[in-house]
Amino acid sequence: MFTYYFNLGMRSLSRNVVITGLMILLIAVGVAGSITTYALLSAVSADPLPLKSRQLFIPQIDNRGADRVTNDGEPDPELTLRDVIELRANREATGQAAIYPIYLSAVPTDTRIEPVAAKGYAVTADFFRMFLVPFQYGSVWSKQDDDEGSNAVVIGRDLNQKLFRGENSVGRELPLEGHVYRIAGVMTEWNPLPRFYAVADVQGFERSPQVFLPFQRAINLKIPTAGSTFCALNYQGKGWDDLVRSECSWISFWVELPEAKAITRYRSFLSAYAEDQRANGRFNWPAYTRLRDLDQWLQYMKVVPSEVRISFIVALGLLLVCTVNTIGLLLARFMRRGPDIGIRRALGASRRAIYAQYLVEAAVIGLAGGLLGVLLTLCFIGSLDLVFEAKIARIVHSDASTMALAVALAILVAVIAAAYPVWRASRIQPAWQLKTE
Amino acid sequence: MSIPVRPILSALTRHKAGVFLIALQVALTLAIVANAIFVISQRVIYISRPSGIDESNIVVVDNRWVGALTPGQAQTKTAADLAMLRQLPGVADAYADYSFPAAGPWATVWGISLEANQKSPTSFSEPYFTDEHALATYGVRLVAGRNFAAEEVTPGSQLEQSTRGPIIITQDLAKKLFPTELSLGRVVYVGGIARTIVGVISDMEVPAVSTRSFAYRSVLSPVRLADAGGDQYIVHASPGQAEHVRRTVAAALYQVSRLRVIDAIDGVQSFHALRSKAYSRDRGLVILLSTASIILLLATAGGIIGIMVFWVDERRRQIGLRRALGAKRSDILAHILTENFLIIFLGISVGSLLAFTVNLALMQYLEMARLPTTYIALGSALLLILGQCAALTPARRAARMSPMEATRAAIG
Repeated sequence: MFTYYFNLGMRSLSRNVVITGLMILLIAVGVAGSITTYALLSAVSADPLPLKSRQLFIPQIDNRGADRVTNDGEPDPELTLRDVIELRANREATGQAAIYPIYLSAVPTDTRIEPVAAKGYAVTADFFRMFLVPFQYGSVWSKQDDDEGSNAVVIGRDLNQKLFRGENSVGRELPLEGHVYRIAGVMTEWNPLPRFYAVADVQGFERSPQVFLPFQRAINLKIPTAGSTFCALNYQGKGWDDLVRSECSWISFWVELPEAKAITRYRSFLSAYAEDQRANGRFNWPAYTRLRDLDQWLQYMKVVPSEVRISFIVALGLLLVCTVNTIGLLLARFMRRGPDIGIRRALGASRRAIYAQYLVEAAVIGLAGGLLGVLLTLCFIGSLDLVFEAKIARIVHSDASTMALAVALAILVAVIAAAYPVWRASRIQPAWQLKTE
Repeated sequence: MSIPVRPILSALTRHKAGVFLIALQVALTLAIVANAIFVISQRVIYISRPSGIDESNIVVVDNRWVGALTPGQAQTKTAADLAMLRQLPGVADAYADYSFPAAGPWATVWGISLEANQKSPTSFSEPYFTDEHALATYGVRLVAGRNFAAEEVTPGSQLEQSTRGPIIITQDLAKKLFPTELSLGRVVYVGGIARTIVGVISDMEVPAVSTRSFAYRSVLSPVRLADAGGDQYIVHASPGQAEHVRRTVAAALYQVSRLRVIDAIDGVQSFHALRSKAYSRDRGLVILLSTASIILLLATAGGIIGIMVFWVDERRRQIGLRRALGAKRSDILAHILTENFLIIFLGISVGSLLAFTVNLALMQYLEMARLPTTYIALGSALLLILGQCAALTPARRAARMSPMEATRAAIG
């Protein structure tokens, strides 16, 4: 019976081509808009480290009191160097990553190759383990390198390609900004977007980071941050030494706390530390600290741009209007066929049969809308970069499950939209219809 | 011609579902479109705010030095670059700075006070570190006072620069600091240090693209900037030479010294390209919302046509009867259009409330401003006109029906 109704439905598509086309088009547009923006929203708000997001925390310390630079009354999103040094002394955390962006240049020993920009981060060794950075060759520098701030370096795949033609370059030398470094490891392509591990630093580049130096090394060489520095209004300090003595914050600091007990202990350690700073006269306000996990941090830092949310809401609104529209058009379409229904009923068709036939017809329209919707979704995803920045648009990919979702949503919309019109159709009185003929 | 509203109303009660569906669609469309137009207009104003500089002739070079330079070396190398640039054919003038108008998301904010130890500053502003070439480079107009003299400009870097000396401010900042008096020659305080205003220039946008409340309160501080890492070279090309300069400037700089990095992809860009990138998110939202609004309006029009055509066909006999009883074509046309008007009016009334509700929700979650009623009025007018246009086809079809229809079979 289903195939028969399906054939009837297919055949009736050719009736009222304009109205049918309009319905299919509207369902397709509504579905494609919703699916595209949903894919975008879920891509930008996806958990970057599902295995560890509940174990990675960012401590914040209020070092400004009433003169906070953030406008929501929260402590700075980054820490001062002295706080990072003090907090690192604590052994509660199983991992501690201090991070700040650097912008260096590499001068190849082969003079035929032009100097190249080498952007990246100064990090502590724990960074690589905490954020699951994949290595192609070698690995992270040693604990001793980390403590001493030796000349070890981890480079990215692209830089390795450019300077060493992609060979295993572990142990070879790399001159960076007037110093010679020893390559400890080469990463495979690693460029999670948004750059969740250093959200507070906007650098305006989306290409993957290519150099990682030991944090202590960068500090010893006084390499300035290439990212944000949060200072008091009219900060008048001069040079590096003033900066590290000041209350300017510029370092992202993460701790890994694997279990609930450690989290509680770290929380009290953090407020005790701030309380200490108050006692020794650095702060003259009550201790105010924060400890957010990765998930909460990304939400707090508004990593999902409001434009993405707005577009999702608008797309849902569009889908809703398209659904209401489809209800109206289906109602008109089915009621127009009152005489047919009357005859079928008079010839003995049950209400259920009418129900089934018209629901299948609606589903056929939905299917057609879904297939067109898949095409439109592909177009929309392909042209996302017209509307969003490349770094946002690039992280959305069209896969089979998205496409299946589009078809399913279209059929669902059509069937929901058909519910009331079908009910009305099934209420048509055979006698009345026959009389008016 | 008087339009009989009462019979139309009572006729409409026979089509509750259709009326409800059209009205609901109109209401939802209005709620979305009114808010969308509001957001669009706000972003358009924001995107199209003038930078205040000679945009089409400006090229920006992002220069990075290679090797660890001392402050002195950085000064010498930057000076050599600028001297070469100013001689380069097609270049009118150039200077080095850490930023330029609407460069990006982050700001260096200065609080400017009228008293030495004032608690909160009179105005916020954002600084440029400029030499005596900056005014000519940007093409900004000196409204009052003078430019910096070469000997007033002191060497410095972003981390370390003189906090003393004269300043030049924009008209907008001058008006904020001294609403009724002349600002020229007055002393203001930045971080407790006295600075004399020696010049007032035409308004010029600040470096941070996200700054809204003090977007034109720029301060020029006399610093010959040369960072060890490198700076942005702002280059003013002679009229019509911008594209030529953009293509050739990197090679010319490499001739001065090879120990530098100018990114092959985005190391040299026209100001236009940089600016459009800075506002790309807002422009994207405008495109998206406009497209969605047009689709919504077209969908609503299509829905209205679909249902109205059905109604007209369904009432063939009645229309024929009215015609047979002496109603003119224009009466039928008026009937259908009035009917349509009433339904859309119902939709608009509900939609206005809905638009405010949507706006309230958006204000709470997405930091949106309150929706002014003009946008609802605009959206309503748009929907009314669109609705009447959509109803015109079915109404004409109804008016064309012959009185003979009364005697023919019903819908078929």
